[in-house]
Amino acid sequence: MTDFTVRSDSIDVEQIMQQIRARIREKRGVDYTEQQLRELAAVKLEKFLDPRGVRSDLLQRFKERQPAYEPPQLPLYGFEDTTIYETHRAALRWIRRVLNPILKLFFNPGPIIEALHAQARINHLNLQREEARERRRLEMEALYFEVIHNMVLEITRLGIEVKNLKMRVESLSSRVEFNERRARALESVVVYKPSAEEGAEGAAAAGPPPAPGEAPAGAQAETAAAGPSPAEGPGQRSRRRRRRRGRRAGPPASVVMGAAAAAPSNGERPEPVDQAGAPGSPPAEPPSSFGTPALQPPGESRPDRPSEPRAEGAAGRPSEPAGGVGPSGES
Amino acid sequence: MKLAIVVQRYGRGISGGAELHARYLAEHLARHAEIEVLTTCAVDYVTWRNELAPGVEFVNGVAVRRFPVAHERDPETFGRWSDVVFERRHAIRDELEWLDAEGPAAPALIDHLRGRASAFDHVLLFSYRYYHAFYGARAASPRAVLVPTAERDAAVGLAIFGPIFRGVRALMYNSPEERAMIQAASGNQDVPGVVVGVGSEVPPNPQPGRFRQKYGIRGPFAVYVGRIDKNKGCEELFEFFRAYMRDPSNRLSLVLIGASLLPVPPHPRICHLGFLDDADKFDAMAAADVLIMPSYYESLSMVALEAWALGRPVLVNGRCDVLKGQAIRSNAGLYYETEAEFVETLRSIEHNRWLASLLGRNGRQFYREHYDWPVIERKYLDMFERLRRERARRAMEPLPGWWARRKETCEPGERVLERLPRGPVLEPRQAEAAAPLEERAGTNTGQATPASQAAPARSPQPRRPFQGRAREGRRAGARQPDGPPR
Repeated sequence: MTDFTVRSDSIDVEQIMQQIRARIREKRGVDYTEQQLRELAAVKLEKFLDPRGVRSDLLQRFKERQPAYEPPQLPLYGFEDTTIYETHRAALRWIRRVLNPILKLFFNPGPIIEALHAQARINHLNLQREEARERRRLEMEALYFEVIHNMVLEITRLGIEVKNLKMRVESLSSRVEFNERRARALESVVVYKPSAEEGAEGAAAAGPPPAPGEAPAGAQAETAAAGPSPAEGPGQRSRRRRRRRGRRAGPPASVVMGAAAAAPSNGERPEPVDQAGAPGSPPAEPPSSFGTPALQPPGESRPDRPSEPRAEGAAGRPSEPAGGVGPSGES
Repeated sequence: MKLAIVVQRYGRGISGGAELHARYLAEHLARHAEIEVLTTCAVDYVTWRNELAPGVEFVNGVAVRRFPVAHERDPETFGRWSDVVFERRHAIRDELEWLDAEGPAAPALIDHLRGRASAFDHVLLFSYRYYHAFYGARAASPRAVLVPTAERDAAVGLAIFGPIFRGVRALMYNSPEERAMIQAASGNQDVPGVVVGVGSEVPPNPQPGRFRQKYGIRGPFAVYVGRIDKNKGCEELFEFFRAYMRDPSNRLSLVLIGASLLPVPPHPRICHLGFLDDADKFDAMAAADVLIMPSYYESLSMVALEAWALGRPVLVNGRCDVLKGQAIRSNAGLYYETEAEFVETLRSIEHNRWLASLLGRNGRQFYREHYDWPVIERKYLDMFERLRRERARRAMEPLPGWWARRKETCEPGERVLERLPRGPVLEPRQAEAAAPLEERAGTNTGQATPASQAAPARSPQPRRPFQGRAREGRRAGARQPDGPPR
């Protein structure tokens, strides 16, 4: 429901617009329905989970940016011991060969030839090594591209997932808050009104215990042992359950136990601590304590429960656990 | 006192905003002065085709003298010249060609006015951007009072109109935003001017029940009154209203009144009633919970004023400076700029009865204080009295000579428009309140300087989406006046 805080009878449109904008900002993250959240979570994630949905051309772009390897155009040639004397003119080649001993008189060309030969081999090996290295680098970069692509995809997906989860948490927290408020509001307006049957039952519980073997107690015990009465409606059952919870939420067990110990030992039962069942009495339980009561193991005694007519003896089944079946036969 | 009212079209069945404004004004000023309306024989605002007989006739007791239009508008030519003057650097001659292409070119009317101007005390010229107003102001400049009816479009940035705004005796503006824009564009702060607007003929006792019964309308509804057109923002309205209807707790229906140029979405909660007469229209507005005005361009929304006169709140498009300014100044309407704002504002008006009631009450008060006919008439009479006492401050600047007209010295109209102040004109208190909200557009404080002198104080703002739509309409030659359907 939209409402505004305006102090006076006169209104200010700008002020109202500010409030509306603030509410829009608030609602953007919170006011998604469950269906919308599911759609967001499903549709968008599906879209982004598909690699073609997010920068499908990422790899392509990487590849486009990656230049093709072109080996350097180095002047490679073999250098042998005859290379310096080679010529396409046969006469000149003959003259050089004839005069070679004279040349060797002046200097030794052998080391120069060897050095140049070694250098030619080194150049060739370098080229081969560089080609191999470039090939490996390209292969590795392709792998890096894949890894980056996958990481981008995964981060995008996770980011959206986180955002959706945040929105869901906000939505759920707002609903929890709303439900709490609603519960409080409902509790404040509901006035407990017991039925005539419960009133009589409450009066019986408050009165002196019937003598063993008396018909009413036996009948009640039979009812308790046989489970819920067919004529009993769900409303009655829920009212009884509520009443039991109210009793559980009564004073601490030590108080009740103390009261039980201090009770007269002449067979009188202690008064029920919880008076919620009494007509016209307000609920003893605070509205916010509508939670599930703590569970007790079957057979364990309940010191905080008021003494009620039990099925023992009257129904002939004394071994039935007390905690397993309640007064109306509900477990 | 004898007054001439010069307007592009005139008649009972003519529903354009400026034309209706002129007719209402003529009929009301006829109680105080002798009125003669000078107009054309055209009825269609797109072609300006001569459809009425030239000569004198009486319309609701007002003498109307009609002159033939020399040539019809050719949309192709007009669109071509529009591109030239709005988007390129151009010459004065180009602007004059554009004006002639736009029409309604009625040289006989101008000749008559030039010859008979001295017979009138004042000549009221409507709609600055048309042929008759431009040449009429030059023909009768010592007596010319201009009612510009200017919207925020590129025509206001054309160079030929600066001398007109500076050379007339007075200007009667429709809104403070219009005044700020024209003063910034032309630097005519020394020309007497007053924000007047126009009243309406709102019936004293509309019958909302009669409307509901007649058209079978049940439940709460919002009403739109006007031409159902893309340029009026109706496409956006349909889209936003669909978003509004997605929430089942929102129960308003949408009732559309007016001729439709757009397909209306088939939906049980969107009801198009077509063209209604005035009685039904006012009954519908009285029956509605809110009036929606989605238009991007308005110099003054008469429909909004009528809704306010009936005590109904208004939801306006906040991207129209004039409408937003009116909503803020009157405290009688909310505005939206996005879908979320539309949904939330409409929802607020629907779910908070007290809010709708207070907005409507403020609107009624605003209308009574500013737009009731006695107020309008008094403003006009005061201005005439002031002009009678004061001498003209300056003469109309002549048109440039043959050579100067052909020099390409004029900036594109759209570039000039971008420099003009944006946003509603607010009082200092309202401006302070609105300042943090104005993230997309600077707040217009009304302190205007001529656009030609003003350095751009802030970075150029991105083109708003609807400017493209305006261009589409311009290319088609459809310069469409505003106003409620009649």
